[in-house]
Amino acid sequence: MRISRREAIKSVLAGGTAVAGVSGAGVALARVGLTVNGKETVPVLSPEGELFHVLREQMKAAPVNDPKDPIVREGIPGRKWVMVIDLARCAGLRKCTAACNAMHFTDRNWIQVFEMKDANATAPYYFPKPCFHCDSPPCTKVCPVGATFKRQDGIVLIDNTRCIGCRFCMAACPYSTRHFNWGAPQQPPEAHARGYSPERGFAARKGTVEKCDFCPDMAAAGNLPHCVQACPNGVIFYGDENEDAVTNGLGETYRLSTLLEERAGYRFMEELGTKPRVYYLPPKNRRFPAPDTAGQTASTAPSPDPARGEGLA
Amino acid sequence: MKPIEHTIRGRIAGEVVETMRPFTPRGQFWIGTLIVIALWGAFAYAWQLYKGLVVTSMRDYVSWGTYMSNFVFFIGISHAGTLISAILRVTHAEWRRPITRMAEAITIFALVVGASMVIIDMGRPDRIMNVIIHARLQSPILWDVCSITTYLAGSLLYLYVAMIPDMALMATVAEKRNLRPWRVKLYKMLSIGFVPTPDQIRRLDISLATMAVIIIPVAVSVHTVVSWVFSMTLRPGWHSTIFGPYFVIGAIYSGTAAIIFAMALFQKAYHLEKYLTREHFHKLGLLLLALSIIYIYFTLCEYLTAWYGGVSVEQRLVQLLMGAGRYGPLFLAMALSGLFLPPLLIGLPGRWKFQRLITAAVLVNIVMWLKRHLIIVPTMETPYIPATAAQQHPAYFPSWVELSITFAAFAVFALLYMFFSKVFPILSITEIAEPLEEITAGHETGTDDRTTIMVEGAVS
Repeated sequence: MRISRREAIKSVLAGGTAVAGVSGAGVALARVGLTVNGKETVPVLSPEGELFHVLREQMKAAPVNDPKDPIVREGIPGRKWVMVIDLARCAGLRKCTAACNAMHFTDRNWIQVFEMKDANATAPYYFPKPCFHCDSPPCTKVCPVGATFKRQDGIVLIDNTRCIGCRFCMAACPYSTRHFNWGAPQQPPEAHARGYSPERGFAARKGTVEKCDFCPDMAAAGNLPHCVQACPNGVIFYGDENEDAVTNGLGETYRLSTLLEERAGYRFMEELGTKPRVYYLPPKNRRFPAPDTAGQTASTAPSPDPARGEGLA
Repeated sequence: MKPIEHTIRGRIAGEVVETMRPFTPRGQFWIGTLIVIALWGAFAYAWQLYKGLVVTSMRDYVSWGTYMSNFVFFIGISHAGTLISAILRVTHAEWRRPITRMAEAITIFALVVGASMVIIDMGRPDRIMNVIIHARLQSPILWDVCSITTYLAGSLLYLYVAMIPDMALMATVAEKRNLRPWRVKLYKMLSIGFVPTPDQIRRLDISLATMAVIIIPVAVSVHTVVSWVFSMTLRPGWHSTIFGPYFVIGAIYSGTAAIIFAMALFQKAYHLEKYLTREHFHKLGLLLLALSIIYIYFTLCEYLTAWYGGVSVEQRLVQLLMGAGRYGPLFLAMALSGLFLPPLLIGLPGRWKFQRLITAAVLVNIVMWLKRHLIIVPTMETPYIPATAAQQHPAYFPSWVELSITFAAFAVFALLYMFFSKVFPILSITEIAEPLEEITAGHETGTDDRTTIMVEGAVS
């Protein structure tokens, strides 16, 4: 039997020995825990915002949430996960894509790095694109069975034990974010070992839709998503909008509102009204040269140039 | 009381029974061929179930393809029945009478084949019950499920209720002619004890008149919500306000063409020239002509606004559809042969009018399938972020599995239709007889022979 994360924490607390005095306010998640009776503890932040120190030996990894657990559809209470992608830092290394693929046992590129060029006269740029986890998601709206759903913590997930494979969500997503398991997915045994959860996105199932899941399993454990950790240039920031803080893989933490204000953050194709949870910082003062091979036109381009093969798919 | 074979409906029934004789060798050849195609399609589907949708040409960019085109096409021609038997009934177009039964049968079989296309398109058909268990009414797919099942149930009921007096008649005729006992039993059972007393006829008329009025908005809703599966998304070429009426007109257009083609086949195969006259073809031809002009108008509205407005992604779509690329020639062929040629074939004076009409009907049917394909696939190949930005070049052409299943769908449709015509009277005997009986009612005092002469003069 699987237990939900909440129950896991409760059971640890009920153990008594685990609680080693709650530190005063202002103490953030410390890197090192206290030592009680010679035993190492780990600071744990409860979903209610209380900080506990738990004996390391008594800790268990947060169990994966079964698709039927209500928390899978509700999300992590009090959170609003958000992503910021700094286009000025992206060198097009695609380490994010590789890490995401590896950790999700897939080759489907849930996060893709496009080479964009908005107009003939403007500079090309690399454009990492995960799922935008829109606040007004066109995909969840059209799902006939609620297999894809929007959570209170902002994340859009897919339950591949419910998905009927009609692919309406793929037709509805304006960003071509979703992938379909056209055949039986070839995944290693590890993908199946821990049981399926929509919060982790594997193992994949034949005849169902999958996509970037914003790594709620990582967020719940206090870790950054795989793509964020893997980026050597700190392009991708991840965090909680309610905390107004985002952190990248280099450990740089910024105030979200300040970052968006100072760097003129924007959301991709705002005019579609989907309200993405992913913000972009324009490629101003870029740290790396622009992609010189980029010859593709983004949606905002005035018109396609057939001479360069644009518009002719 | 006169013996049944001396009444007007008895005589018509006698002629209709002739159409229900076992298939001729040529008919058997066709049946055999169609069964082989259907079985091959069943094998292809089994293969798809085993391997997954990977055996189709659909991929992440073009995630809907031929199956969806088939779906829209078949649901489209299902509008034949409603047009003929409901719209023409409500407008008192008396000439509709011999066509109603075959038109309603098209509706039923087209709906069955069309709806099964959606199931064939599903990645997890084993989870079909989720559509009911976890139904979300916010999804246009649920609107489709509700609308199409209502239409199917309504059309079945409409077909059946109109057939009740024919069933009572056929039970008598089948008994007298010593037809197979299962026929007598079946017809008797389906006639549910109908006796043509004035009271029962009145009740039947009221039911049919009521259902004719109810079924029209249901039919309109069906193709409207089919169009909404596309137009409720944000995709260029789909997200269009005129899609509802555009699809409804397209459905009636292809439905009319389908009924003209079916009439021609039945007329030839079953020698029904006496009932399916030049006048019927002429009137339906005029309808087809008018519909083609309306469809041209809608098509112009749809693409001119996209092109003139010039939103970049819509411009890319128009470029793909009408440029020199892969779809340009197809679109041109579609527009010329399916939209502009049919009205010319029908409308121009001169010889070969019948042949020209049938050619037009066949062209319209082929082209309306192609038109649906050109609505679905090029839009899927034109996402907001061009596929080329991901170094991909989606170029969809159906795989052998998709083609096999498509041909099988047409074969199954034809088979259902052929077997229906062998079990049930393909002409609505009662409906044809009614006005003739009214004419002769004044001559009731005369002999049976005089009546017969009158009737044959009126029928032929």
